[in-house]
Amino acid sequence: MKKVFCLMLTLCMVLALAACGGKTGGDSAPADSGSSAPADTGSDAEQPADTSGELISVGVINNDPNESGYRTANDAAMRATFTEENGYKATFYNNNDAAQQIATAQQMIQDEVDFLLLSPASTTGWDTVLQDAQAAGTQIILFDRMLEADESMYVAAVVSDMPAEGQTAVDWLAAQGLSEYNIIHIQGHMGSDAQLGRTGALDEKVAAESSWNYVTQQTADWDEATARTITQSVIDSGKPFNVIYAENNGMARGAVAALDAAGITHGKDGDVIVMGFDSDKWAFEEVLAGRWNYMGLCNPLQADTVDSIIKGLMAGNAPSQKITYTPEQGFDCDTLTQADVDTYGT
Amino acid sequence: MTPVKNPEIKVKQPGESFFKRLVRQQLFIPFAALALLVVFNLIADPSFFAVTIKENSLGNPVLSGNIISVLDNASELVILAIGMTLVTASSGGQDISVGATMAIAGSVILRMVCGGQVSADTLQVPLFLAVLTGIVVTALFGAFNGTLVAYFKIQPMVATLIMFTAGRSIAAWINNNQLPIMNDISFKYAGTFLPGIPVPTPIFITAFVILVFWLVLKFTTLGLYTQSVGINANSSRLNGLDPQMIKLLTYVILGVCVAVAGFIRVSRSGSINYSRIAENIEMDAILAVALGGNALSGGKFNIYGSILGAYVIQFLTTTLYKYEVPSTALPAYKAVVVILLVVLSAPVVRSKMAGLRFRAKADNLAKEAK
Repeated sequence: MKKVFCLMLTLCMVLALAACGGKTGGDSAPADSGSSAPADTGSDAEQPADTSGELISVGVINNDPNESGYRTANDAAMRATFTEENGYKATFYNNNDAAQQIATAQQMIQDEVDFLLLSPASTTGWDTVLQDAQAAGTQIILFDRMLEADESMYVAAVVSDMPAEGQTAVDWLAAQGLSEYNIIHIQGHMGSDAQLGRTGALDEKVAAESSWNYVTQQTADWDEATARTITQSVIDSGKPFNVIYAENNGMARGAVAALDAAGITHGKDGDVIVMGFDSDKWAFEEVLAGRWNYMGLCNPLQADTVDSIIKGLMAGNAPSQKITYTPEQGFDCDTLTQADVDTYGT
Repeated sequence: MTPVKNPEIKVKQPGESFFKRLVRQQLFIPFAALALLVVFNLIADPSFFAVTIKENSLGNPVLSGNIISVLDNASELVILAIGMTLVTASSGGQDISVGATMAIAGSVILRMVCGGQVSADTLQVPLFLAVLTGIVVTALFGAFNGTLVAYFKIQPMVATLIMFTAGRSIAAWINNNQLPIMNDISFKYAGTFLPGIPVPTPIFITAFVILVFWLVLKFTTLGLYTQSVGINANSSRLNGLDPQMIKLLTYVILGVCVAVAGFIRVSRSGSINYSRIAENIEMDAILAVALGGNALSGGKFNIYGSILGAYVIQFLTTTLYKYEVPSTALPAYKAVVVILLVVLSAPVVRSKMAGLRFRAKADNLAKEAK
């Protein structure tokens, strides 16, 4: 009896899982198709050469798409661009663990992919991969994130210029002409490319100007709930502040929730300036509605640029520059238009 | 040590000093830790305890202050700690998948209320239906964990490692890897404030959950059966209990707790981030159980100890934020306090402590007699 019951429960779980899959699998084929393990790159990678000779084989190593809305958009764009219709035989791998990424990269090089597209989870530790790739004739293109290596080790990099993003945001803030800047600075995951770039410019400004002060500077690890708690604790302490500089949109959203709960006005004509980063459509809409003041666009759509670089290389044209920065800018509530939202929102 | 007001300690046993009896109390450590934090804050800055009435952006009067924040933000942890205590008591192990299954619960609830869209301005299905579905789903995941532990005799930490690893991906999968956003204000009532009521709703939900468990433990045999299974599964089987069924039941109960906690978490903001939501909360929940003086090897338990432990953890976090401990150093400070508390609550240390004090008193008495 017990065994029957236990079997039933197990079955129930399996079925429930299967049901989930069925529900979502249908309408998201491009996005879902490949948490594909490195293993199945094995024999597939060489096929294109045999079958059509036209397909370019690429291995795409990216971070976990669930990390943030930014990453979700980034991953979806890569998957939408590198398709068979577009002339690619692509293998995708997603992991936030650099060690796993490195192991998979080596596997892909052994499978003799033509191009290895890389968004490294950490900036160091890639030396052997780069050397192996060079030896095997695999060309490496970095997208979204840089790694520490000599420029000769990769053919191109299409990345966001994080320090410039931070500088643009700080310049915009300085242009607001407040008599005093009391800033709640909510940082992202410490040590990440985005955090370092976005913190750097602000740190410099606060050190240089006597009217710029940190009310608090804390990391929320990209987490909305933590950002809310940090802001709440500043409100509870009664310290005056007039700027929230959150290093991504999710955290800005969390901070705004705390402001709302305390009845502090924000955004256009509000008491507190709210600043966020990345490219989420909902955040654009917050800015458009005047509930936030500023959003620094961090463009996740590098896929097209990477695509044209590869097509150029295949035609024998080296990219005009080694490092291509994705076009980025800051948007504020006074100048943002619906057209911008539709163009850049993801 | 600060004297702690605890009615239970008034039961006098002849021949034992007050201090010894105090230290022996299971709730001594969480109470002492809480008292220590309170005293520290009182000395450092009494305004920590100030509670004011503010008007929120919807024009409702709401209470605001550090104490309210502690009670509010501890809600999810308290609810998880209750379920975790039962699981610990019955199976002698912990469920490390609660954070991941909270993501699943949140994802299911958001998918339901958004009707599968990326964002929605109104509830697409009645809220109770969405929450009920969330509860059923995580109860099933609880049953999955419980089955592995009770019937397949897998170590709880290993069994729940499966969901710990897979849970967040499943949560993302449920919503097509999209991050849904619910804009309907009524969805956020549970995580923020009900109109016209100045106390954060999570505090009421937590109070309700505590009340339910108080009633269940008082009027059913759940507590007794869980403890006897945890102390000795074989002898409880010989006494006519079904240890496997009871273990399974505790995991299902934890699953329900997870859904409630997940609901509170997503309704605070109306959105979800699968890999960040409730990250590492399982460790805090286990710590709450340990701080409450419960043996992590199972058996006897005191659910109120765990609840108190959860509030201590949140109190500590809020205190650290209040004193602007540098963000990179925050975990280190927390670790130091945690090590201190855990070492102090170890039975060896506590019996030594009671013994030392007792001996000192005896020596004094002896001196006086001379």
